[in-house]
Amino acid sequence: MPESLRPRSAPPAAEPSAAPPAARLPEPSPRDRARPGALRVEGLALDAQGRRLVDIDHLALPAGGVTMVMGQNGAGKSLFLRLIHGLIAPSHGWISWGEVPCGPATRATQALVFQKPVLLRRSVAANVDFVLKARGLSRAARRERCAEMLARVGLEAHARQPARLLSGGEQQRLALARALAIRPQVLLLDEATASLDPASVLAIERIVTEAAEAGTKVIFITHDIGQARRLADDVAFLHRGRIAEHRPAAQFFLGPQSESALAYLEGRILL
Amino acid sequence: MQDFGAAFGLAFHLIATGNDNLVEIVLLSLKVSFSALTLSCLIGLPLGAFLVVRPFWGRGVVVAVLNAMMGLPPVVIGLLVYLSLSRAGPMGWLGLLYTPTAMIIAQTLLIAPIVAALARQVLEGLYTEYDEQFRSFGISRLRAAAALIVDGRYGLVTVALAGFGRAVAEVGAVIIVGGNIDHLTRVMTTAIALETSKGDLGMALALGIILMSIALGVNLAAGGLRAMAERQAYA
Amino acid sequence: MSVKSAVLGTVSVATIAFSGAVLPGPARAEGPQVLVQSTTSTQNSGLYDYMLPIYKKETGVTVNVVAVGTGQALKNGMNCDGDMLVVHAKSAELKFVKDGYGVDRHDLMYNDFVIVGPASDPAGIKGMADVEAALKKIVAKKALFASRGDDSGTNRAEMRLWKAAGIDPKTGSGGWYRETGSGMGATLNASVGMGAYTLTDRSTWISFKNKGDFGIDVQGDPRLFNQYGVMLINPKRCPSVKAKLATQFEDWLLSKHGQAVIAAYHVDGQQLFFPNPK
Repeated sequence: MPESLRPRSAPPAAEPSAAPPAARLPEPSPRDRARPGALRVEGLALDAQGRRLVDIDHLALPAGGVTMVMGQNGAGKSLFLRLIHGLIAPSHGWISWGEVPCGPATRATQALVFQKPVLLRRSVAANVDFVLKARGLSRAARRERCAEMLARVGLEAHARQPARLLSGGEQQRLALARALAIRPQVLLLDEATASLDPASVLAIERIVTEAAEAGTKVIFITHDIGQARRLADDVAFLHRGRIAEHRPAAQFFLGPQSESALAYLEGRILL
Repeated sequence: MQDFGAAFGLAFHLIATGNDNLVEIVLLSLKVSFSALTLSCLIGLPLGAFLVVRPFWGRGVVVAVLNAMMGLPPVVIGLLVYLSLSRAGPMGWLGLLYTPTAMIIAQTLLIAPIVAALARQVLEGLYTEYDEQFRSFGISRLRAAAALIVDGRYGLVTVALAGFGRAVAEVGAVIIVGGNIDHLTRVMTTAIALETSKGDLGMALALGIILMSIALGVNLAAGGLRAMAERQAYA
Repeated sequence: MSVKSAVLGTVSVATIAFSGAVLPGPARAEGPQVLVQSTTSTQNSGLYDYMLPIYKKETGVTVNVVAVGTGQALKNGMNCDGDMLVVHAKSAELKFVKDGYGVDRHDLMYNDFVIVGPASDPAGIKGMADVEAALKKIVAKKALFASRGDDSGTNRAEMRLWKAAGIDPKTGSGGWYRETGSGMGATLNASVGMGAYTLTDRSTWISFKNKGDFGIDVQGDPRLFNQYGVMLINPKRCPSVKAKLATQFEDWLLSKHGQAVIAAYHVDGQQLFFPNPK
């Protein structure tokens, strides 16, 4: 029977959705649930051309810290990120941030960094300035914030260069600076360090960690298991559009309980 | 004189001697076509960008109409403008018929749809790249359209060149609304038509060569601009 | 703010174009101007290029010429586009005046029509002075004949000649009878290209530079008389008509001095127009 036709309540054969309690993070406290970084997803589904691409019964992320999202290619990680950011509409289901339904209002407090940075064909500083201007900041405030953000990612010396002349790592740092410039409460990263050199990866991880320590909720998709170990407070593992498990990082890396996550960490391909 | 070599020689001679009449005609050609291009860019670029960022019901129809208007014969545009600007027409009181202004209006109507349709094509590719990031940042459609025009500026130069090429080379519209009046509305193309009708094919060809050289010069200048931009990785 | 950036964005490309738009235009004729809707032969033959600078020098008035076929000139006149007409289709002109579109019509000058054709002369009409007989021979041989087909003065004259000869050339349309729907010059170019006979006014023919091996075959028939007329577009119907300036130019054309200027215009040693005001 095709996956999409199975009743949503029925557990899939290979992947019991009624996972043991240890496979789940404890539910956030009511106070935590009201914080803007607290993602809650209920009965979320995304269908396309008769296929169910994302199918998440329930997920609650802690309001702070770094959540690493892992899973094989095609597991639905990027779609999941776009769904919770509100860039694509779910077929059905409920998404909220701090009890506020996902929409333009929640999106305005979030920033998304793509795997391939989408930079304007302008100078480095103008890229940051562009989003700040869209947020209605005054010229003086923009200049100050821009200098601050470029300094934070170590690009202050490149402010006047064309953004697209930067190296891959520098481009991604600029994308990150631009994302953080709007002071987001939630920072979403979609494989933001894939195909970067180790030094750039380290620089970006440092910036992300600083942001998380300053109170920004970080949700970070990665294929790099080492990176997940370095950054994660908790790990959500996606397999074929479903949350296979979601646990604190320490427990997850000690021994994943889902077959799919185990296979992934061992480097096996599970179809 | 149907000898190509002789025509080239005559063209060179005309340029070398800086014939006053020729200079006047060339300058009017450039003035009219660049003015029409300026207006067309002011109309067509925002329209093209708007069509990219703003999905609305019937957009496909608008795009189809624009694309179809790219194929409108200049004579038809000339006729429409003539009928409007004629003393007997609705805008006859303006007294614009047989003036360079009338020629600018006709050429604007001719190339604004071209600029809009081509700008839409150029900016659509750019928007595919920017769309998600813009929506993530909550960029308004107006701001997105403006950003597309700014960031697509070097691609849009090519669009403008296509419009300019069509404007400066067309004869059907300007000869009807301009009247090919000596020292007033005579441009390169209408002068070529006149020399042809006088049977002075050598002179007509020489003027054609000069017109082509001008178009080539404009294109080279724009191409240089674009190459420069590409070296800076802006494009 | 975003409107501002939208405008700026557009302008960034438009400025490139604009730098050309501010180029100086032609020394646009200053001072008084009068607009003539004219037949093409007077322009293509170079008469205006010769005559108008003289007039401008004497009076300071710039005469602007829109050269179209006589039919188009009359239509433009009906639309009040212009101040006066120089055309050559007398009966149509008289009707134009009678219908109230024009005033103050005068015969201005004349020349004649000729039939020109290739050196090979397939219809064997070279040297004939009887235009009807020549046309009949062309039809009999189904020799190519190019017609203006554009309701111009020359076209009307041609149709009159066919009618007088009792021939309906339209039956040969697309075959031996080729209607170019173009001006005299374009039709002559087409004739030379096709090796077809055609009817042209002598002034255009003499000043035409792409003659190939063509020459005049038929001339001298009184029915080939070609009368040019001048008139004002009716200022009562068309308030935009500059009646004073137009009258001034018309008076000059009809004056002894104006006639002398017209008569003095020669191409290749031949006089093209013969003044005959009454």
